[in-house]
Amino acid sequence: MTTSKQMTLKLKVWRQKNAKDQGRFVDYTVEGVNQAASFLEMLDVLNEQLIRKGEEPVAFDHDCREGICGSCAMMINGCAHGDMPRTTACQLHLRHFNDGDTIVIEPWRARAFPIIKDLVVDRSAFDRIISAGGYVSTNVGNAPEANSIPVPQQDAEAAMDAAACIGCGACVAQCKNASAMLFVSAKVSQMAHLPQGQPERARRARNMVAQMDKEKFGACSNTGACEAACPKGIKLTNIALLNRELARAQVKS
Amino acid sequence: MAMASWKAYLGSSIGKKKLVGLTGLALSLFTLTHMAGNLLMFVSADAYNLYSHTLVSNPAIYLAEAGLVAFFLIHVILTVQLTMDNRAARPAGYQHAAHGVKKTSFAAKTAILSGSLLLAFVVLHLQTFKFGTVYTTTVDGVEMRDIYTLVVEKFREPGYVAWYLLSLVLLGMHLSHGFKASFQSLGLFASNHPTLAKLGWAFAIIVAGGFITQPLAVYFFGLGG
Repeated sequence: MTTSKQMTLKLKVWRQKNAKDQGRFVDYTVEGVNQAASFLEMLDVLNEQLIRKGEEPVAFDHDCREGICGSCAMMINGCAHGDMPRTTACQLHLRHFNDGDTIVIEPWRARAFPIIKDLVVDRSAFDRIISAGGYVSTNVGNAPEANSIPVPQQDAEAAMDAAACIGCGACVAQCKNASAMLFVSAKVSQMAHLPQGQPERARRARNMVAQMDKEKFGACSNTGACEAACPKGIKLTNIALLNRELARAQVKS
Repeated sequence: MAMASWKAYLGSSIGKKKLVGLTGLALSLFTLTHMAGNLLMFVSADAYNLYSHTLVSNPAIYLAEAGLVAFFLIHVILTVQLTMDNRAARPAGYQHAAHGVKKTSFAAKTAILSGSLLLAFVVLHLQTFKFGTVYTTTVDGVEMRDIYTLVVEKFREPGYVAWYLLSLVLLGMHLSHGFKASFQSLGLFASNHPTLAKLGWAFAIIVAGGFITQPLAVYFFGLGG
């Protein structure tokens, strides 16, 4: 952080007043932005410039800015959260860009994620999928003694890996079909691996898949773009598991 | 109740993909056996004709053919339906194409296109050979169709050879995505499982490469006199 190089970036940003507006790309130039800044900090600089000029700032979702909340969501040069693997837009830094670069910034594009304003999309379809079965409906009370429910180490690891999903929607955004399979599979997988998830296992898989289809996400073409785009490294093995879970639910019913 | 639940299962996006994967795998195995049979061209004209005659004179051929047609139709109808649904799931596309690791493979993106051209190929292929000119020959005192002569005749036409080669390259591309993808749809392995990904490529190259050897041998190396 000793060298603080200044950069000038040319941006093509999707601007859309509201859900009904047609929307269009608007060109901006951000000058003198620090190379050590994050991508969202660069947008903050742009917005300050816009506010000073009396223009409407670019609306984008953000919260923790440390890569764990899943709020930030934008396509940066055709890649969800930018082209760095396992990185959220807030953790993407300008040192990965060159002075004078043109960067195209677009919202997630999916029928199930309607645009609210500029780069902000409505991701409540994910919430409805979770409501359809992504939970354990027992009153757990206090934490039980750790050895009373033994969980094999591999299962615990697999469940934790799936539970790393932050629900940002990058998988949907990157998928050529706007499919939500990686998200849904992570949510089904994290509980299918644990004893607490067993009583509702079949129902969970069936209901969450039904809700996913109802929300009009596309189907899975097994291309793996979702895994590549996932900032949390959720694996395609979860999708294979979801495909298995649904078959299992069908046979058990 | 049971009926309705199966309908919901197979009608879901996952259920449809399972049928696509299952029929795709069955058709993939068919292409492998078909390719292996074709290699008899390199043994002799009689061996090739006898193999063909043995296949078509077995009454079970009608069952096998009906099965193939059914698999083909299910595969085509469902993939067309899924493609339409998938396109509707993203009404407005992106201005900037993906690049680097987040990019989707060309074979996966164009599977519906390669598949459509393969459908045209299969129809024309049946017309050219199965329902094409009938020459006859006698092998071990049995009169049978001389399909070998017809194949050699066709593989001497440059236009036909070019179309055949193009179709086989498309088949290879289609298989390079479809073979490994089927395993993920069926819930067996992730499609990017390192061994499966290699096996998918090997399968595609062996099948397409195997088919391609005969037109090349006939056209460039004078196979079949």
